[in-house]
Amino acid sequence: MKLNQKLKEYWHKLGSPRWFYQMTSGWVTFFGASAFLLLVAGVVWGLAFAPADYQQGNSFRIMYVHVPAAMVAQSLYIGMGVAGFIGLVWRMKLTDVAIGACLPLGMILTALALFTGGVWGKPTWGSWWEWDGRTVSTLILLFLYIGIYALREAIPDLNLRARASALASLVGTINIPIIKYSVEWWNTLHQSASFSLTEKPAMPAEMWLPLLIMVLGFYCFAGHQVLSRMRFEVLTRESSSRWVADLMQGKGVLVNSAKPSSSNREKG
Amino acid sequence: MVGALLLREWRILLRARSSIVNPLAFLLLSTLLFAIAAPQLVAESSERASGILWVLVLFTQLLSLDAMFRRDYDSGTLEQVMIMADVPFVAVLIRIFVQWMGTGLVIVLATPVIGPLLGLSWSAVPGTMLALLLGTPALSLLGSIGAGITVGFSRGGIILALLVLPLFLPVLIFGTDIVNAASAGLNYSYQIYWLALITLAALLVSPFAALAGLKISIEMQ
Repeated sequence: MKLNQKLKEYWHKLGSPRWFYQMTSGWVTFFGASAFLLLVAGVVWGLAFAPADYQQGNSFRIMYVHVPAAMVAQSLYIGMGVAGFIGLVWRMKLTDVAIGACLPLGMILTALALFTGGVWGKPTWGSWWEWDGRTVSTLILLFLYIGIYALREAIPDLNLRARASALASLVGTINIPIIKYSVEWWNTLHQSASFSLTEKPAMPAEMWLPLLIMVLGFYCFAGHQVLSRMRFEVLTRESSSRWVADLMQGKGVLVNSAKPSSSNREKG
Repeated sequence: MVGALLLREWRILLRARSSIVNPLAFLLLSTLLFAIAAPQLVAESSERASGILWVLVLFTQLLSLDAMFRRDYDSGTLEQVMIMADVPFVAVLIRIFVQWMGTGLVIVLATPVIGPLLGLSWSAVPGTMLALLLGTPALSLLGSIGAGITVGFSRGGIILALLVLPLFLPVLIFGTDIVNAASAGLNYSYQIYWLALITLAALLVSPFAALAGLKISIEMQ
């Protein structure tokens, strides 16, 4: 009961731009630092020390960028769908900020996944582009992102834009499994998934451990990016409010607004 | 209420014949374009015909989607219906159904003419008609979501296409596969079940999503 209430309070606080801004300043530092450490460690380990593949030689190393980029890009889209659902049901302001923050990063990471896939495909399959299942579903993901981006650009009103893009990302997310299944059924030329949460990977540990580190690093990087963008957007949208003005004048991040006034009273 | 709405939509469909004639004319015209621009593509194999036919159907649907709610939106009828209807989503569903009759159903009926023109073998025509009969409702339903969101834009066409075409993909995949299997004389009941499932899933989600999109568009007015 106590925990339940605490979680409820936390949830409501997270929905308020001001509390969100205050609470996430530590998270940004945490995600940024972890992303830096994990990515450096993963890149060095994966590119320099992991053993070469017995079939693909050194070209398999692009996997250390390709796989995490694709995973995070998909997660960001699903995150947008979840944010869209919350936004439509509870009409929280922050969910639209979240969608706006996930969108550009997701688009870039999807494009990166496609590009690195081509770079890997050239020596392995002999061509930059193959119309196989997973390439196509990643390309579809890119178009889903572009669709929502175009929609957001077309609606100037903030509130209506929030609702329209929430709806579009929710519908897109519901459709993702159907699209994925049908595309995979359409053509399964691609390698089967080299990494999954439930199964033991077929690779030796010194190959998949760096991959795991890179995946975690990409997720932390995405967390850092999304939160930073969201915080910036919150400040822009709330720029006319009191707490932002206080913040800009260097009065520090608010905390409990009752505290400074009570201390003032003590002084007086 | 439902009866009155159905009657109204039915009358509009009959009186404004353009909503039936235009898509059909477009489909025939683009078939002609394919036959002129790439005769070697068209005349040869049934497999190519299935792909070309489905892509043309998709484009025809896409072009008529923009008009789905446009007239009612501009005249203010849509807003009135939203206010007055006991269950607004039924009104949306009726609109989608009538739009499908004007495009999807007409396309299905025109298949025996257009299919062979594109090089489809006669034995594949019944399978193709079944595939279109099951697939085109999904196109109308999924498309109504995009049409609902973009009806408020003065130039929503390209955004509508960007939003809706990725959602059409599963229908395209299973639809073309049914036609291919039918022309090869194979059993295609598996694909039929999947296409039916996709259409049912679209029926489950789309009217509500389209309604939400229309509400946004009405506020935009």
